[in-house]
Amino acid sequence: MKVVITSSGSTLQDKVDARFGRCPFFVFYDTDNKQTEILPNPNMDADEGAGPAAVRFVASRNVKKSISGEFGFKIKSLMDSAGIQMIVVKADKTVKEIIDLLNN
Amino acid sequence: MKIAIASGKGGTGKTLVATNLFYTFQRMGLSVSLVDCDVEGPNALNFFQLHKVKVISVKEYCPKFDLQQCIYCGRCADYCDYNAIFIIPNQSQLHLLSHLCHGCGACAVACNNGAIEDSEIEVGIVSLFSTTMEREKAFLVEGRINEGEHSATPVIKAAINQGDSLNTDFLILDSPPGVSCPFIQTVAKTDYVVLVTEPTPFGLSDLRQAVETLKHLHKPFGVIINRVGLGNHDVYDYLEKEHIALLAEIPFDKKVAHLYSEGNLLVTSQPIMSKYFESISKKIIKNGNSSC
Repeated sequence: MKVVITSSGSTLQDKVDARFGRCPFFVFYDTDNKQTEILPNPNMDADEGAGPAAVRFVASRNVKKSISGEFGFKIKSLMDSAGIQMIVVKADKTVKEIIDLLNN
Repeated sequence: MKIAIASGKGGTGKTLVATNLFYTFQRMGLSVSLVDCDVEGPNALNFFQLHKVKVISVKEYCPKFDLQQCIYCGRCADYCDYNAIFIIPNQSQLHLLSHLCHGCGACAVACNNGAIEDSEIEVGIVSLFSTTMEREKAFLVEGRINEGEHSATPVIKAAINQGDSLNTDFLILDSPPGVSCPFIQTVAKTDYVVLVTEPTPFGLSDLRQAVETLKHLHKPFGVIINRVGLGNHDVYDYLEKEHIALLAEIPFDKKVAHLYSEGNLLVTSQPIMSKYFESISKKIIKNGNSSC
């Protein structure tokens, strides 16, 4: 299963980003083959609609779970229709710590 | 001549000034109309005896998707600058996020499969009223955005167009507060802007933003200070430093607030105000003409 984690930086040692739509990086993690892929958020600085654009971005990568510090209210219905579960975590953890939790 | 009454801060007295100027222009025998561009909260019509002439529906482009024709290529979403099209190709999902749509029509240009039909939605209404309070016939135009709609600018544009078509010598535009798109849309084609402020830190802070914006737009303007007696002297220092014309001062007076809240004009209730607004009107016309 593919999971996306919002990250404040481009490494696994960076902290989870508190925002979903406007996070700097997305970390895609596959719980089956343990592969990670780190991609910059192309819509981080969008004038409007960064949240919906982010849902579109992660949904096109067949993500089933998303983990972030916060999700904007506009995207709940889009996440539901894309079949992506939203999990809110405290943004004081590193991405690596979240991945370790996923594996336990 | 087109004159906008604007301000950065809300509640400084734009409508107070606009409605009293409108009446004063009429009494001076000038041909004038007033356009209430504060489409999210229009209230200028409360101050006049009016007769409704007509109502116009303001429509905006809104794409309509034919999902039978759609191949989920995503070109429409790529063309959309506002992220208003939500598409997940591998799930054959496509939704229009209407609160983000600006009605630009780029998606329809992008689509090669005839999956986007042109359609329109009503975003607001423009009402035209005539007033025959004075000898000269004058009109009041009111723009009013529909509840739940997000973009005020198309309604403001339609209201100003209606005002233009009346061909009166003077058009007074009562602007929405702030210095964002609705303000820009209102002042864009005016000859002169009157900024109404109050001598408080908030009043000054927002006045500065309005001044900077107008300088950028190369618009001539002057300032009216309302609620004089309140706050401090900083607004005056600012005007002096920036060499900005101070057109008038309206005192901080409970009577003014009472009259306004009951839908009365200052110029019809207080003879001294009637004279004062006549001198303000002359100043505005003179300043507007010299900068044309």
